[in-house]
Amino acid sequence: MSAEPYDLAVIGAGAAGLAGAVHAAGQGLSVALLDDAAQAGGQFFRHPAPALKAGRPQALHHHWSAFRELRSRLAASAVDHLTGHHVWTVTRDGDLPWAVHALTGADGEEQRPVCIRARALLLATGAYERQLPFPGWTLPGVVSAGGVQAMLKSGLVLPGRRIVVAGSGPLLLAAASSLATAGARVPLVAEAAGYLGYARHPGALAANPGKLAEGALHAKVLARHRVRLSTRSAVTEVHGTDRVEAVTVRRLDRDWRPLPGTGRRIACDALAVGHGLVPRIELATALGCATRQAPDGTSVLVLDDRQQTSVPGLWAAGETGGIGGWQLAAVEGELAALAVAHRLSGRPAPARVRELRRRRDRMRRFAEAMGAAHRPGPGWTHWLQDGTEVCRCEEVTAGSIREAVAELGARDARTVKLLTRAGMGWCQGRMCGAAVACLAAGGGGAAASEERRPFAVPVPLGTLAALDEPN
Amino acid sequence: MARNPIELAGARPGPPFEITFDGRTVTALPGQSVAAALWAAGILAWRTTRRGGRPRGAFCGIGQCYDCLATVNGRPNRRACLVPARPGDAVTTQQGDGHER
Repeated sequence: MSAEPYDLAVIGAGAAGLAGAVHAAGQGLSVALLDDAAQAGGQFFRHPAPALKAGRPQALHHHWSAFRELRSRLAASAVDHLTGHHVWTVTRDGDLPWAVHALTGADGEEQRPVCIRARALLLATGAYERQLPFPGWTLPGVVSAGGVQAMLKSGLVLPGRRIVVAGSGPLLLAAASSLATAGARVPLVAEAAGYLGYARHPGALAANPGKLAEGALHAKVLARHRVRLSTRSAVTEVHGTDRVEAVTVRRLDRDWRPLPGTGRRIACDALAVGHGLVPRIELATALGCATRQAPDGTSVLVLDDRQQTSVPGLWAAGETGGIGGWQLAAVEGELAALAVAHRLSGRPAPARVRELRRRRDRMRRFAEAMGAAHRPGPGWTHWLQDGTEVCRCEEVTAGSIREAVAELGARDARTVKLLTRAGMGWCQGRMCGAAVACLAAGGGGAAASEERRPFAVPVPLGTLAALDEPN
Repeated sequence: MARNPIELAGARPGPPFEITFDGRTVTALPGQSVAAALWAAGILAWRTTRRGGRPRGAFCGIGQCYDCLATVNGRPNRRACLVPARPGDAVTTQQGDGHER
């Protein structure tokens, strides 16, 4: 690795990180772009490996041309794109450059730990899906809606032939329309919220006509494939012994509480489910970055007008500052790149900053309106039975979490974890965090987990031991 | 209208190759992950949980949930959704943490 520190290390090569890296390089900065995956694109622009020789990757994506442009700018730039780099922590001693520690390989198992040094850091780590548990959600064939998308976009595979899509948020429509286009039968999309929530923000809607057009496009695809959409509905139970055989869908009241007597059984061999996205901010919270609760109930980084976090020298763009989609992410990535260049070089900020800020603010308003419309209602906990597993890794049931809260006095996710092991497993609470935080708060809607975790990915003990050795 | 994802994406990969899952032959395409190759063969589970011994497979599909851990060529705890399938790979169901035999 380069002995000299880079001007900027960008973590994450999705829309935000790609835009950040190419624009920073365009400003003359030396840039390292670190990403888990073997190719740039992040989740939205995830696409088949070159060996699959996909002649029409755009068939699985809207806005593919925008990605192609970013990718060719990356190829033409001097950015060092470090693929297969799983960043597990970032540290800084005084005024020394940041140290970005990563494990390498497809799944980080090559165990050749590396450390990249840089004067400034841009976090563009994206998001993962928010899950709310329900009976049967651990059965094989139940897959996250984003996961179904990811496996389809990268591996060109489906988990079944007849796939119900359920949960809440715009990703459901996107997932259902790609599944139907790729040949799956989608008997139903069950959306827990009502779309009336959007009507409460007429200004944000009117300022973002492109978003409405995108929704209309999905609706058209769904209509063409005769996919039914039920709002205020949820899959409240999955049936099957060793894999999905059917689901029960119930109508919900405004608080997402199932209405008695409304259950209907739908035969299917897979279920794609998700309830919005959760920003991936572990690296930042471990450094003590300030967070706020966004209207969708998730914990997001507090950013200044130029995308800097509360920790000097650490910028963030895209979903880390609040879920908002790839277009907002790309604008924020560019804005952050210009801000970093301005800070490091002392040159005046270009006039473009004002235009970028205007676009960012407009898109943020829409994103927040959308987040509020799909924020989980407090009644979702009525889906749970005592035996429902909430923590998938440690196999902790709703019954034991409720016992920890009602009888042992736990009031927050951390105490629940210490008492039950919920959130202590491999995924470090990513899958159960939202649910456990809700249950610990005694029900309620989407409580954000504020927990700090020292490492963003599991790290072999040998790697930790090697940290003290001279490089 | 596409009948399957391969046709939809206009994919013309090189010749398929073989891996095994618990001894059974599974066909994979160059560029697919272990999880994708298993899904393509209709296999959705390749791990049993540590306590309940329940079947699990890919859930988040992006390397965040660790539910898709499999034993690949004798090495346990590989995230099947991230690890590319290679010709001759022997994938076996991971029992629990993969270290007890």
